[in-house]
Amino acid sequence: MSKPKEKTKESISIAITGSGGAGVMTAGTLLLEVAAQAGWYGLMVRSSGPQIRGGEAAALMRFSKSPVECLDDRFDVLIGIDWQNIHRFADEIPLDATSVMIGDPDQSEPPEVFVKRGAHYAPLPFKQMAKSLPGSWPNMIALGVAAGLAGLPVDSIKAVLQKSLKKGGGEKMAANIAAAEAGYAFAEGVPSVPRLSGKLAAGKEARWLITGNQAAGYGAVRGGVRFCAAYPITPATEVLEWLAPALPKIGGALVQAEDELASINMIVGSSYGGVPSVTATAGPGLSLMTEAIGLAVAAEVPIVVIDVMRGGPSTGIPAKSEQSDVNIAVNGLHGDAPRIVVAPNSIADCVSATQWAVYLAEAMQSPAIVLSDQYFGQTRAVVDPPADIGLVTERLKPAAGENGYLRYAITKSGISPMAIPGNPGTAYTADGLEHNERGLPSSQSGDHIKQLDKRAKKLDQFDYGARWADIEGEGDLAVVTFGSCTGAAREALARAAADGIKGRLVSLRLLAPSRPAQMAKALAGAKRVLVVEQNHTGQLYRYLRAEYDLPGTTRSFRHPGPLPMRPDEIHQQITEWSRS
Amino acid sequence: MSSPAAAAPITAQAFKSDYKPIWCPGCGDYSVLSSFTKAFAKLQLLPQDVAVVSGIGCSSRIPAYTTCYGFHGVHGRSLAAAAGLKLARPDLTVVVASGDGDGYSIGGNHFLHACRRNVDLTYVVMDNHVYGMTKGQPSPTTEPDWDSKLSPGGTGLRTFNPLVIALAAGANFVARAFAGDPNGTADLIAEAISTPGFSFVEILSPCITFRPEQREWKQMVRPAAVTYTNDAARAARRIMTDDGMNIGVLYKGERKPYQPPIGKGKKNPSDLETEFAL
Repeated sequence: MSKPKEKTKESISIAITGSGGAGVMTAGTLLLEVAAQAGWYGLMVRSSGPQIRGGEAAALMRFSKSPVECLDDRFDVLIGIDWQNIHRFADEIPLDATSVMIGDPDQSEPPEVFVKRGAHYAPLPFKQMAKSLPGSWPNMIALGVAAGLAGLPVDSIKAVLQKSLKKGGGEKMAANIAAAEAGYAFAEGVPSVPRLSGKLAAGKEARWLITGNQAAGYGAVRGGVRFCAAYPITPATEVLEWLAPALPKIGGALVQAEDELASINMIVGSSYGGVPSVTATAGPGLSLMTEAIGLAVAAEVPIVVIDVMRGGPSTGIPAKSEQSDVNIAVNGLHGDAPRIVVAPNSIADCVSATQWAVYLAEAMQSPAIVLSDQYFGQTRAVVDPPADIGLVTERLKPAAGENGYLRYAITKSGISPMAIPGNPGTAYTADGLEHNERGLPSSQSGDHIKQLDKRAKKLDQFDYGARWADIEGEGDLAVVTFGSCTGAAREALARAAADGIKGRLVSLRLLAPSRPAQMAKALAGAKRVLVVEQNHTGQLYRYLRAEYDLPGTTRSFRHPGPLPMRPDEIHQQITEWSRS
Repeated sequence: MSSPAAAAPITAQAFKSDYKPIWCPGCGDYSVLSSFTKAFAKLQLLPQDVAVVSGIGCSSRIPAYTTCYGFHGVHGRSLAAAAGLKLARPDLTVVVASGDGDGYSIGGNHFLHACRRNVDLTYVVMDNHVYGMTKGQPSPTTEPDWDSKLSPGGTGLRTFNPLVIALAAGANFVARAFAGDPNGTADLIAEAISTPGFSFVEILSPCITFRPEQREWKQMVRPAAVTYTNDAARAARRIMTDDGMNIGVLYKGERKPYQPPIGKGKKNPSDLETEFAL
């Protein structure tokens, strides 16, 4: 078949689907590696059914020659190794008449929900083709098809498979390379997908392949964490599973706790002992942890809690993303309890933001909550290695035998030296009861006000530097967002700029405490402020309205998970608002 | 870690703070406090090397009454905080103070798993069969027919047997003490601290304000007639068939404490980056 002249575009989106055991995630991960090998960037979002094992799975991928931070509005290619229950992904995999759909005709026809979108269907007998190459797997054919349609070089597939199938032995490797090549050859006969435009970035060999959960774990140890207490919960478990073997290598330890009440209290205990400590959880666990986070506020014990947000309330949608823990993170403790809330705004930033959270917690002897989400946590991406933020974590400590040591002394900064057990002459009791400067329980109004002021002041007066938000662009329209909506918002603003609509982006990394002076500067001259977030009630919007004097007219644009915030829907909001 | 003072031996008095307890006159917990300080002196520990960790309740006020490092956390979670501290700082002596409400009711799950995990902690529960701080409600060890405002006519529930549960869950040292015998209790606490692994000391500590009948305990307690066993099944049978008034070490096992090797790994965090590099 002769091909029409190749079209180009800035990114290509490919979805590989199939039932459990079909090897969808393996094919997706290998395709990412093939793309990285070719010098591209890319990411793979994991989506799966509710089954523990064997449920339908989808690897949702996007590739480009520049860094990729979010999924596109639609997919160029959908590959179904089989179609069992794949119709459930219809909303997550938007196709149109220019999309291409590949499926195995020996198993079933493609689901009606996809067919009616008018995508071109190219049948490929995956099972039969794999059978004809003994020892090969259908997902390796899918890998080859995907690579071929994306326009990746065949040599890169070979190189990646030679590396990853090393353990399987020569025969298995040969069979599966042959399968991928057969898939690649099949792609030649399929109507072409536009080719990637742009130039390859330099320094491709230095790149990382990492998930947000691994990144958050690594950020914690980079920040100085050496102890973790863990209780498994979807979608945060991989943070803990990454830390389990990593911590012992660098002189730390991880312990599995009996529940989240134990894990959070364990890290308050270990950090009281002088060892920077972390735990990771999701909404239900964070709910259980709030009492002890309040203890860390009152007793001034630094801890870091990584909350990988998922659909809520209650058990909600465990394996899918939603930014709906803003309320609990910024407000969810009893009493007047200032705390630090930090949100990474890219997968690579999961390293830096978590490292920063450890630094802030240790410097201010305060709990810090890191708001990641399932999208970041379980998405694997090719990224440029995030630089060490260069802030050294060091807790303020008293000297040995300091005369008249007062653990909760009122100081100018609000931060008082924290004695570590073992230090002679400075023993004190860390207490959740309100206390005086020495740390002894007190119900006197004077002590209460002094200590409330101290705890509020130390967070408020701290110099957070430029890291509190990423501020880009200019114009009288501003999009204020955080976390995983940032990538889509950035892309929407770029599209608006191409239409001649100027706008600026304010992506908050520090959600709490609020920074009114910095925000006023960031939004100076803005006439319209669009607050973008992925939840049902506009939790960020309401928080901003409470904490900040936002200029001009403000609007909230939001929808709950599990569907990701896509660039096009934000772009439409910007366009409509600019015309009105 | 500091080594015991070479010159003058450290006294129990050195472990007593100048802070006045909030307990009622006649409370058994005063004696338990003195047993703590005597035990620390007996072992010639230094105040800075001991951490006393507690939750919420009358008994949990103990940390600030000592000159040791103290941690007065939230209700029911003292064992979790103490485990985190000991695992991160194995050089410290960590003693946990609790009561029957804090330890057996709200903290019940942590009790099971602390026994199971067998971290080298000493867990001292001052059991007075009542919530004292909230002014007289039944706890898991309160008799079923004990009348109170919250449970008029009694709870009707059978009592909890913490010593047997500790054995079933894997505690390595189980003892019962009586607050009215501060020297004997100090010896039991010292032995518990010296025994590796999770050591559990249940102290009958009368609450004469809400349970004045517990004044009778003095006449009822007696030293256990036989020496302790290292057979958990035998110890459990003895405890289940006695009247709850036998004092002494009742079980001592040989399980190795749980302690991950913290501080051993010598790599730098940047060495971990190789697994991400393409």
